Amino acid sequence: MKWTINGQVREAEVDFRTSLLDLLRERFQLSGTKKGCNQGACGACTVLLDGRRINACLTLAAQVQGREITTIEGLSDGEALHPVQVAFVEHDGFQCGYCTPGQICSAVGLAGELERGWPSAVTKDLKTTDVAFDREELRERMSGNLCRCGAYNGIVDAVSEALGEEVRR
Amino acid sequence: MNAFDYHQAVDAEQAIEQAMRRQQTRYLGGGTNLVDLMRETVERPAALIDVSTLAREIEETTHGGLFIGAGVTNAELAADPRVRMRYPVLSRAILCGASAQIRNMATVAGNLLQRTRCAYFYDIASHCNKREPGSGCDAREGFHRYHAILGASSSCIATHPSDMAVAMVALDARVHLRGPDGERSLALSELHREPGERPDLETVLAPEELIVAVELPPLPMAAISEYRKVRDRASYAFALVSVASMAALDGDTIGDVRLALGGVGTVPWRARRAEAALRGAAISERAIDTAVEAELEMARTLPGNGFKLALARRLMTSELKARVADAREGGES
Repeated sequence: MKWTINGQVREAEVDFRTSLLDLLRERFQLSGTKKGCNQGACGACTVLLDGRRINACLTLAAQVQGREITTIEGLSDGEALHPVQVAFVEHDGFQCGYCTPGQICSAVGLAGELERGWPSAVTKDLKTTDVAFDREELRERMSGNLCRCGAYNGIVDAVSEALGEEVRR
Repeated sequence: MNAFDYHQAVDAEQAIEQAMRRQQTRYLGGGTNLVDLMRETVERPAALIDVSTLAREIEETTHGGLFIGAGVTNAELAADPRVRMRYPVLSRAILCGASAQIRNMATVAGNLLQRTRCAYFYDIASHCNKREPGSGCDAREGFHRYHAILGASSSCIATHPSDMAVAMVALDARVHLRGPDGERSLALSELHREPGERPDLETVLAPEELIVAVELPPLPMAAISEYRKVRDRASYAFALVSVASMAALDGDTIGDVRLALGGVGTVPWRARRAEAALRGAAISERAIDTAVEAELEMARTLPGNGFKLALARRLMTSELKARVADAREGGES
């Protein structure tokens, strides 16, 4: 099987049971993507599939053959961090750091959804594609990523700043 | 997880052929529920037929409805401008379910066919008539705060977990199927079976039958429609009670109304008795109360889920009032 992972074509023979998460961590030593609950409840394993955020733990490696996968290791440009990574450092968007790669990949995926004008459950007028991005929207849209340390205030600050929107408190 | 064979289908016909040639197959959509169930060994297919790359389009029908491919993701469907304009109840329902990550993988057909989240169904050490027919139901005497008050039986009280399906049954959606004997379509409200004595039989799908599309009929009143979901936390939780609703007025009477409930039924619950009581009725609080009671008199509660009856009553009442007010406002503008 073949995948494009962080811009590089990678190949491996794997058992069909292998999840995308285990493929990344165990076969390709990309251990930045974390295994939290392994059942789609915590978001620690969030990666980008063709630019869209998904849970790698609920995805079979076989299912996404030939597709493009971006992990936390693929976001920075060499030593230069991605703007979302910079914002997490600046705003202390973590304590233990275990959920952080998933939070950051999720925020990058969220930026794409905002660009496409996608609404959320708290968007009052679903008919507009000019979705206001406020703190309530941000919290709803990041609800698939849990932080057991409770660093949410820092995470919200980091994501607000990185996504470059005027976010009201 | 048990070992299984995997095949990526190139079209529906080939998917069905592949499924017929093997024993114990499952069609794979996004996998967001099935993979989890396989990991818990609740599902133990010998082969997966991956249909997630098929039927990814949303098309206009000749009558002004929408024909939604079974493989469209939940995220794409919720964001589709036509759905947001013409069927906002459906966008809201989908967006109220799961997380952004899951909605990006989960498909329309997979959402309809997802299994209950009853903890006893998930735990293979528990008794569960749905997982193992005839073994009993540990939920009835156990923790059943999340369980059904409508459509339950002595065998099973598990809820259907979907938000999307609740909006779709309110919209009179039809499911298009393809199987070894050809094509057919049926009302979505006829797809899911109430548990009765056989909670293991959840749908009327024949063996190897595949959902290929969901069709939404044209429905002008749906342009003003809403989905309201009450849950234990503000986001990313299953419904305790949810309501999909819309109304059209005819002067001072209710011309037409659609009402469906989530979180309380063993199937996506279309509140037909309430609708029948309201159609043609003069608009009044009493008419709404009477209609809500007509639906909920069928409810049967257990010690742990009795609160759902009061919650459903209040939520149905407040949503119906809001839709009547919306329709009045719409009529004046």
